[in-house]
Amino acid sequence: MANSKAKLITLEEGGFALFLVLLAFACLIVAGKTYDQVMAFHTSFGALCAAAGAFVIFKNYFADGGEPIPQEIDGKPNYNMGPVKFGSVAAMFWGIAGFTVGLIIALQLAWPALNFDLPWTNFGRLRPLHTSAVIFAFGGNVLLATSMYVVQRTSRARMPGQILPWFVILGYNAFIVIAGTGYLLGATQGKEYAEPEWYADLWLTIVWVAYLMLFLGTLWKRKEPHIYVANWFYLAFIVTIAMLHLVNNATIPVSVFGTKSYIAWAGVQDAMVQWWYGHNAVGFFLTAGFLAIMYYFVPKRAERPVYSYRLSIVHFWALIFIYIWAGPHHLHYTALPQWASTLGATFSIILWMPSWGGMINGLMTLSGAWDKLRTDPVLRMMVVSVAFYGMSTFEGPLMSLRSVNSLSHYTDWTIGHVHSGALGWVGYISFGALYCLIPWLWNKKSLYSLKLVNWHFWLSTMGIVLYICAMWVSGIMQGLMWRAYDKMGFLEYSFIETVDAMFPFYVIRALGGALFVLGALIMAYNLWMTVRHGEAEVAERQSGGALAPAE
Amino acid sequence: MTDTHKKEVDALSGVETTGHEWDGLRELNNPLPKWWLYVFYACIVWAIGYWIVYPSWPLLSSYTTGVMGNSQRADALAAVDAGRAARAEIGTKLVDATLEDISSTPALLDFAMANGRAAFGDNCSACHGSGGTGFVGYPNLQDDGWIWGGTLDDIHTTLKYGIRSGHDEARIGEMPAYGRDELLEKDQITQVANFVASKAGLETEAGVDLAAGEVVYQENCAACHGEDLKGLREVGAPNLVGANYLYGKSLAAIKAQINNPRAGVMPAWEGRLDPATVKSLAVYVHSFGGGE
Repeated sequence: MANSKAKLITLEEGGFALFLVLLAFACLIVAGKTYDQVMAFHTSFGALCAAAGAFVIFKNYFADGGEPIPQEIDGKPNYNMGPVKFGSVAAMFWGIAGFTVGLIIALQLAWPALNFDLPWTNFGRLRPLHTSAVIFAFGGNVLLATSMYVVQRTSRARMPGQILPWFVILGYNAFIVIAGTGYLLGATQGKEYAEPEWYADLWLTIVWVAYLMLFLGTLWKRKEPHIYVANWFYLAFIVTIAMLHLVNNATIPVSVFGTKSYIAWAGVQDAMVQWWYGHNAVGFFLTAGFLAIMYYFVPKRAERPVYSYRLSIVHFWALIFIYIWAGPHHLHYTALPQWASTLGATFSIILWMPSWGGMINGLMTLSGAWDKLRTDPVLRMMVVSVAFYGMSTFEGPLMSLRSVNSLSHYTDWTIGHVHSGALGWVGYISFGALYCLIPWLWNKKSLYSLKLVNWHFWLSTMGIVLYICAMWVSGIMQGLMWRAYDKMGFLEYSFIETVDAMFPFYVIRALGGALFVLGALIMAYNLWMTVRHGEAEVAERQSGGALAPAE
Repeated sequence: MTDTHKKEVDALSGVETTGHEWDGLRELNNPLPKWWLYVFYACIVWAIGYWIVYPSWPLLSSYTTGVMGNSQRADALAAVDAGRAARAEIGTKLVDATLEDISSTPALLDFAMANGRAAFGDNCSACHGSGGTGFVGYPNLQDDGWIWGGTLDDIHTTLKYGIRSGHDEARIGEMPAYGRDELLEKDQITQVANFVASKAGLETEAGVDLAAGEVVYQENCAACHGEDLKGLREVGAPNLVGANYLYGKSLAAIKAQINNPRAGVMPAWEGRLDPATVKSLAVYVHSFGGGE
């Protein structure tokens, strides 16, 4: 500080500091006045985080005298990789937590005594903890980290702002903590995949708008004439999730001092809004977002150009236009009018090829590089991921047809379908991306051990196969048992008999899940060793490719 | 699109790139795969056909009904009506039949057992267990320990109106809370509990005056549970020297029940299930082995 004259605090620093200080006070007031213990805990946590954030902003200002960080060093973009590193580590942490909770509830379904008769560990609370941890905590951090990485690299520009990127990644993870602890303590809206209560939703809205501004700001600053395809998918994901989140979480809190709120929608409209949200969370969070990852990491790792630019344009627009219509197929044979259910089913069928466009572009990008699958287990993981994507996006339209749905709905078949997409597609493309990203971020030549990646690959592939096969068999059996009638027209089986019949498959499913968790633990060890003991890369990573540089 | 980049040819595939490059990534200028495009079109054509046939698009105040006039609601109601019609005749016979009629008419018995079995699994087994063996607080339906009677009619009445169910005809029995409401002294409760335990063949506490306990019993309990402790089905007072200790057969459980008694609720199934199904359930439960 002695040799640099102190500059005025920037608008960004000042704005964030003021916002965080006000937030900390607001949280303290609510924490002091509330009778709701969950609210008291969450607002105390909020006050602590906001105060810590404000403190760090001031500390950094006084440490560097408000010197701006250079946008470029020696003519090369000075990428901001700190938040990306944080997101990658958080993804691994939440991933293992979320997979483990999944394993616990899988075991509870086979042996219910494993809930230990405690409110915090019963299935009803752990199930949303599992789904939110894997989708929003693991998947969300993967999406945040990779999007920040990809948009900077493919725009050749540093993310705007000093505080903004950190606000996004830390704010998002604070949301995860509030949501997860809320479930365990019993605070829930009771809307599937949208369980967090109104105050958590409000906080996420702020963080998400900041994320959108960060992403758009980076694209605005880009040094490339065109926007890379991965960034279209990321942008579609960010914008659509914002819209879905706002509409589905339109709630009215009973009081600002309590966790409880009531949703603005009622009856079948509420159900329709919920599944418009739920289906498009799959479409835009778990499909569009992870397709963005695929569009950067698969060609990068294979060192091949993307197969078809035209296909990427056509399937992108077709996907985002058609996906948004398909939600009603979650509500066949309910109070939802038949016309809406028909419309949802037909758009799901139309969606089949737009979904497969991504698979074709992913797989065909490997033409000319298939031999790499023998030697590179990371690339193999990503290719298998794309194959699982193709499989579940075929299965989905199939299950959306009313005649198939009447058998599959409410059975384990749905669980199997979801997990072939979740473990196979989302899990594997994320693992692949993290295996690429960690050595790049920490400037390491390569991963600590490809052999361990191989172990991870085979263990978790066995796990996925056990999981989805067990659920197919159990789901179809369950569906057939439910609709079995005797010759006088009475139900052949009572519900409890169908539950009893599923026991062996629940055990197989839990075994599959255990293998998947084991694989993730091996991965975490491998990444840890890469960061700690990997051989350093001397020069900055060169943009590789089978093609010679153009300029 | 104005390209400042020079288009290049990918050496491996011989296909032109679009000329753009991002962080070393390029795109080939391959056309859309023909099969992909045609299957996409085919799906759209199929969907349009489906829209023509079935109800599909919303209109201002209604919706397109489709050329087949299909309505899944009408289909479902028709199927339910068909099922009801198929069972109507035999169901009516069953409702009026006596136990002897049912046992001697195989068609009636088969129908009642099939109907009862299906209904029991989805309505009764949650409390009474899938085999009717009961849990603490939920009677075992397989043994002889009937609190409200085990004839077909008794069981039928219990099923139809329930116990403490709120139904006007419900069976109602109430055990007074001798401890909580201070109807008896503490040592009187100890005495009477030990007396009942001694009669039920349970171990008693040392030094408790059983004779005094008998006096307390005869003054307070015998009116319902009987002088011989064998209970009274008319008021649902359990047999205290039999098997039907609903909340546990031990001295501690007897004391607890005298101090602060528990009493469960059996729902009234009249109105929830059709009369033939309620009767079928009575026949089915009667057949468990405990029926009188």
